[in-house]
Amino acid sequence: MSPIEAELTRIVRANSGQILSALIKTTQDFSLAQDALQDAIAQALTQWADDGVPKNGGAWLYTSARRRAIDRIRKEQRHHADTTQQILTDLLDDQPDIAEWEQDIPDERLRLIFTCCHPALNMDAQVALTLRTLGGLSVREIARAFLASETTIGQRITRAKQKIKSAKIPYEIPEQEDIQARRDGVLKTIYLIFNESYTAYEGQSLTREDLANEAIRLGAILQKLDPNPETSGLLCLMRLTHARRAARQDADGNFVPLEKQDRTLWDHDEISDAHAQLLTTFTKGQFGPFQIQAAISALHCLAESWQETDWQQIYALYGALAAYDPSPIIQLNQAVALANMGGLNKALEQLNTLAAELAHYQPFYAARADILSRTGQEKLAQNDYDKAIELSQNQVEKRFLFQMKSALAASLKKNK
Amino acid sequence: MQFMALIYAAEGSAEHYPGGPDKMMADYYAYTEEAKSAGVMVAGDALQPISTATSIRERDGKTSLTDGPFAETKEQLGGYYLLECKDLDEAIKWAGKIPTAKNGTIEVRPVMIWDQ
Repeated sequence: MSPIEAELTRIVRANSGQILSALIKTTQDFSLAQDALQDAIAQALTQWADDGVPKNGGAWLYTSARRRAIDRIRKEQRHHADTTQQILTDLLDDQPDIAEWEQDIPDERLRLIFTCCHPALNMDAQVALTLRTLGGLSVREIARAFLASETTIGQRITRAKQKIKSAKIPYEIPEQEDIQARRDGVLKTIYLIFNESYTAYEGQSLTREDLANEAIRLGAILQKLDPNPETSGLLCLMRLTHARRAARQDADGNFVPLEKQDRTLWDHDEISDAHAQLLTTFTKGQFGPFQIQAAISALHCLAESWQETDWQQIYALYGALAAYDPSPIIQLNQAVALANMGGLNKALEQLNTLAAELAHYQPFYAARADILSRTGQEKLAQNDYDKAIELSQNQVEKRFLFQMKSALAASLKKNK
Repeated sequence: MQFMALIYAAEGSAEHYPGGPDKMMADYYAYTEEAKSAGVMVAGDALQPISTATSIRERDGKTSLTDGPFAETKEQLGGYYLLECKDLDEAIKWAGKIPTAKNGTIEVRPVMIWDQ
């Protein structure tokens, strides 16, 4: 990649959400807006090579894309004449002063966020479209991050844009009475993108980190445009989780559980910054599941060691979380906190009540194996490790579970 | 823009409607009145049960008839509303108010507009 190309890519990533959101607002057409921006990028590639990178590259792209949109609309024959004329008038009316290239790009990203994450689109489509339009990621980058083919991702985006157009999904910020439910949907999509980055696959770590950063950036954009305690909570949760990333894998790419992580590798500046943000968020007094999860994460981040973790508070917070979402996975985490407070037998009892519901959930067996081995029931623990290894989809994790099982077998032999 | 709201429910499910079949009829009446006075209602009908359905196909120039609905599924098309709404969000809102949303499923689809 030439320096100009690298700089252009950076500028596209930083500005495409804002440029596209403004273009879609005027043209009411996702595909047209995206094509116009693509034209502008192609033009920049040749023109910037000759003239150098302009001072405000984002504004340059926006102005150029607007002109391309006008060209495309003029050429389009299949549009209804009257609407086309209206769009053209709108586009030409506030034509920025091209000599300046310095005007602000209107920010319509909130509309774009709510439209891309509209519940009438399926989750996969929401994720791909959000990353493509708001994140400015290329189809290729998205495909790499999701280990899918470019064709699959390309089709997914095309179908989503088609549905927005044909089913008339509005390009609007939801009305007050709907906004909370719709915002919850957006948060879910952003968190899914973030979690995807943590499904570690060997040799994929770099791309995956991009995805995590992108999710954090999306969260920050949403919080800036539509401030809300739960959005802030999600942002804190992602930042706190991501601040520990360097310690999650050892030099050989092996997964390192929280218990064994080298805490000096954590990004402590990021942690204290995110923690401060979380405390400010709490002062609003409108709690919700993301803020609670962030609080749990913060307690882990602030603990000097695994042993010194405030398990009592974590246990209570999982209880509060279960009130919002009575999922067995939350009860599983609560049981683990209980075990770490010293209540091994009670924790085991609680786990056994979840056995049927979590029969196919790998972390359940890993957690129970750990508690079983700590209560001297090594044989049962080994069975659970076997089950966990069988259920694990991921090589790094499988290897870790196998190590745990081997360590258990070795200690059994020694004690005999 | 016109949206078709297709009403699917298991036959006989009126018995399981919260409040019973009479309540369902009253709710449908109220809904239709509300949609009419809001200027959203274009048309709407309930269909006779699937025992009255005949499916028709023509293959190789021959017409064949089958006694029964197109697909044997638990939930069947029982009626429809044709609604005039500004966008999908408004259509979803009106579709969500159709009484059968409580014990069945409403599918919403925009009506195709043919280019001149």
